[in-house]
Amino acid sequence: MATTDNEVKELIKREYEHGFVTEIESDTFEPGLNEDVIRRLSEIKQEPEFMLEWRLKAYRRWLDMEEPEWAHVDFPKVDYNDISYYSAPKKKEDMPQSLDEVDPELLRTYEKLGIPLHERAKLAGVAVDAVFDSVSVATTFKEPLEKAGVIFCPISEAVHKHPELIKKYLGSVVPAGDNYFAALNSAVFSDGSFVYIPKGVRCPMELSTYFRINAANTGQFERTLIVAEEGSYVSYLEGCTAPMRDENQLHAAVVEIVVLDDAQVKYSTVQNWYPGDEHGKGGIYNFVTKRAACIGKNSKVSWTQVETGSAITWKYPSCVLRGENSVGEFYSVALTHNYQQADTGTKMIHLGKNTRSTIISKGISAGRSSNAYRGLVKFGPAADGARNFTQCDSLLIGDRCGAHTFPYIESKNKSAIVEHEATTSKVSDEQMFLCRQRGIDPEQAVSMIVNGFCKEVFKELPMEFAVEAGKLLEVSLEGSVG
Amino acid sequence: MLSIKNLHASVEDKEILKGINLDVKPGEVHAIMGPNGSGKSTLSQVLAGNEAFEVTSGEVTLNGENLLDLAIEERAREGVFLAFQYPVEIPGVSNLQFLRTAVNAMRKHRGEEEMNAAEFMKQAKEVSKQVDLDPSFLKRGVNEDFSGGEKKRNEIMQALLLQPKLAILDETDSGLDIDALQVVSNGVNALRAEDRAILMVTHYQRLLNHIVPDYVHVLAGGRIVKSGGRELALELEERGYGWLGINDEETSN
Repeated sequence: MATTDNEVKELIKREYEHGFVTEIESDTFEPGLNEDVIRRLSEIKQEPEFMLEWRLKAYRRWLDMEEPEWAHVDFPKVDYNDISYYSAPKKKEDMPQSLDEVDPELLRTYEKLGIPLHERAKLAGVAVDAVFDSVSVATTFKEPLEKAGVIFCPISEAVHKHPELIKKYLGSVVPAGDNYFAALNSAVFSDGSFVYIPKGVRCPMELSTYFRINAANTGQFERTLIVAEEGSYVSYLEGCTAPMRDENQLHAAVVEIVVLDDAQVKYSTVQNWYPGDEHGKGGIYNFVTKRAACIGKNSKVSWTQVETGSAITWKYPSCVLRGENSVGEFYSVALTHNYQQADTGTKMIHLGKNTRSTIISKGISAGRSSNAYRGLVKFGPAADGARNFTQCDSLLIGDRCGAHTFPYIESKNKSAIVEHEATTSKVSDEQMFLCRQRGIDPEQAVSMIVNGFCKEVFKELPMEFAVEAGKLLEVSLEGSVG
Repeated sequence: MLSIKNLHASVEDKEILKGINLDVKPGEVHAIMGPNGSGKSTLSQVLAGNEAFEVTSGEVTLNGENLLDLAIEERAREGVFLAFQYPVEIPGVSNLQFLRTAVNAMRKHRGEEEMNAAEFMKQAKEVSKQVDLDPSFLKRGVNEDFSGGEKKRNEIMQALLLQPKLAILDETDSGLDIDALQVVSNGVNALRAEDRAILMVTHYQRLLNHIVPDYVHVLAGGRIVKSGGRELALELEERGYGWLGINDEETSN
C-alpha cells in the first residue's frame, strides 16, 4: 500500500541503533592467519598445551577444506588473510577481579546497549557474560551461581579452571573438522561462554551472553559450550550487536550443547548484528554452527531464534537426538530487509527410539532481501516410533523480495512419521486498509501484522526477550512500507 | 457534517462515481441504495480513503475539513469509520490487541492518555455484549475463523468502541440470517446519536425495517438519481428499480 515517497525516505533514514563505535584502546593482531598467529593467541591466553594442539589440528584441517557454496546466498569471497584474528580492549593492569575494575568505557557501552552489567541493575535475575570483540569483559552473578554449583564463566577461564570438562566436551558435538567455518573457529576462537549445570540442578536464573563486535576488520569467533548433567535445567539467552561499518565483518561462532538423561536446555537467541545499509553496503557475515547432542534419555533441547541482523546469515541450529524419548525443538523468526540474505533452518537427526522434533519457522522478507529456510529431518535405522512436525511459513512485504524453502527428509526407518506444512502469504493491501481505517499508523500496522505472524515463536521466548524481540522487529521493519 | 460535492472517482481509469452530491447532518441516518455495480461500495471506500481508487474531481468535507487531503488513518482519527462488507483476517493478532491499538491511536490523536489492558478489557467486554458476542472471541485472531455473522457483529462492535462521527456501513446486512440481522441492527441503533451521522449502504430494503433511515438515496450509474424519505425504500421494494429507468436483475423480479 503506497505511502508517499518522502515518508518512506524519512523512515529509511532511521539508522541501526546499535551502530556506534566505542573509543577504547585495543590490542589487535595484524591481519592474517598462520600457525604463528594461533600460537600467539594461545600464548596470550596462557593456554595449556592440549588447547594449542587442538587449535593447530583444526587449523591444518581447515587449510584442506573448501568454503561451502551450497547456501542460497551471494557474496564476494572472503579474504581470510585480511582479517585480524584477535582484538581485546587494553587491560589497565591485570584481569579485573570485580565489576568495579572493569573499564568504565566498556560498562557504558553495555549500558548503551541496554545490557547493564551492574548487578543492582534492572535486569535482575539474569546473569550476563559480556564478550567484547575477542574477550569476555565481565560476568555477573558469579556468587549465587557458584552456590548452586553452576559454572558460568568465559570459556578461556574454563580452559584453566576446568580442563577435564573442556577436554571431555569441547568438540564432542561439533568436531573441529565438521565444516569450514567450524574448523576456522576451532583454530582461532578467542572467547565465549562455558556453562556447566550439575546433576539435578535447576539453574537459579537465566544465563545470558551478550556479544559485541567493536574493532574494525576483526572477526569474532566465539565458542560456547553448555553441559547439562542428568536431570538439570537451564535457560540460556544470547544477544549480539555490532557498529555500523562499510566493510563486511566475519562472525563465525560455534555453540555446542550436551544434554544428559532427563536434562533440559532452552537456548534463545536474538541476533541483531549490523545488517548493512539500505544499499547493501557493510554488515556482518554470520556463519554459525550450533548443535545440541541429546545424549541422555528423555533429554530435551529447544532452540528459539529471532534473526533480524547480519548482511548474510548462514545458520542451522541442530539437534542430534540420540537418547531414547529425547526431544528437539526449533522455533525461528528470520527477518530480512533491504539487501540482507538469510539461509537458515535446522537439522533434526533422529537416532534414538521415540525421539520427537518440532520445527516452526517463520521467514519474513522485505525490501530486496532473500530469505531461505533450509531444514533436514533425518531418521536413523534405530529411530523406531520417531516423529517430526515441521511448519514453514513465509511472509512477504512488497514485491521485490524473495522467500525460498528447502526441506530435506531422509528416513531409514519405516515407522518414522513426518508431517510438513508450508505457507506463503503477503501483508495484503486489505489488511493494511483495515488497520489504517481504524486509525493505526502504517508502520505500526505492519509491525502488528508481522508480530501476529510470529506469535507461535515469540511465545517460546523468555518474557523479557519476547518484548525485546517484538521491539526489534518494529525497528527492523522501519521503512518497509512503501 | 458530511458534505460531498460533485465527487468523481475511478479505479484503473474506469470512472465509477460520476458526480455525487450529498449532505448529511449530525444525528441523521442516510441509506444509500442501488443495484449492483451502481457505485455504492466505491463511495464507501472512497470516503474512507482506499488508495485503490482515484478521486478525479469534487470535494468532500467533514465538519468543514477537507477529507480528501487526509491519509486513511488521519480520516479515521477525524471520526470516519467504515464497517467493511468483507472484513479481512489478521492471523495471530488478537482482536483485543487490535482493538486496543486502534482505540489508543484515536486517544493519542485526541491528546488523551492510552488505556491500559485491564481498563480496555472491561470496556470491550461490555461492548461485546451489546452485539451478542461472547467475550472469549476477544482473544481470537482478528476475524480469524469467524463466521460471516460474527464478522459483521465484530465490525459494529468496533464502531461502538471507537465512537466515530461518521459511520459508514457497507452492506452490513449481507449474508445475515434474520436473528443475526436483528442483533446487528440493535447495535447500529445503539450507535445512533445526535452528534453522529450514519451512512448505510445496502442493496435490500429489509435492513431498513430494523434501522429506520431519515433519508433514502438511490445510486445508479455513479450518480444519485433519486432521494426521498423512508417511503422511497418501500416503493423500491414494491416496484424494484425499473420505474426509475434502472436495470437491475436481482430486485426487478
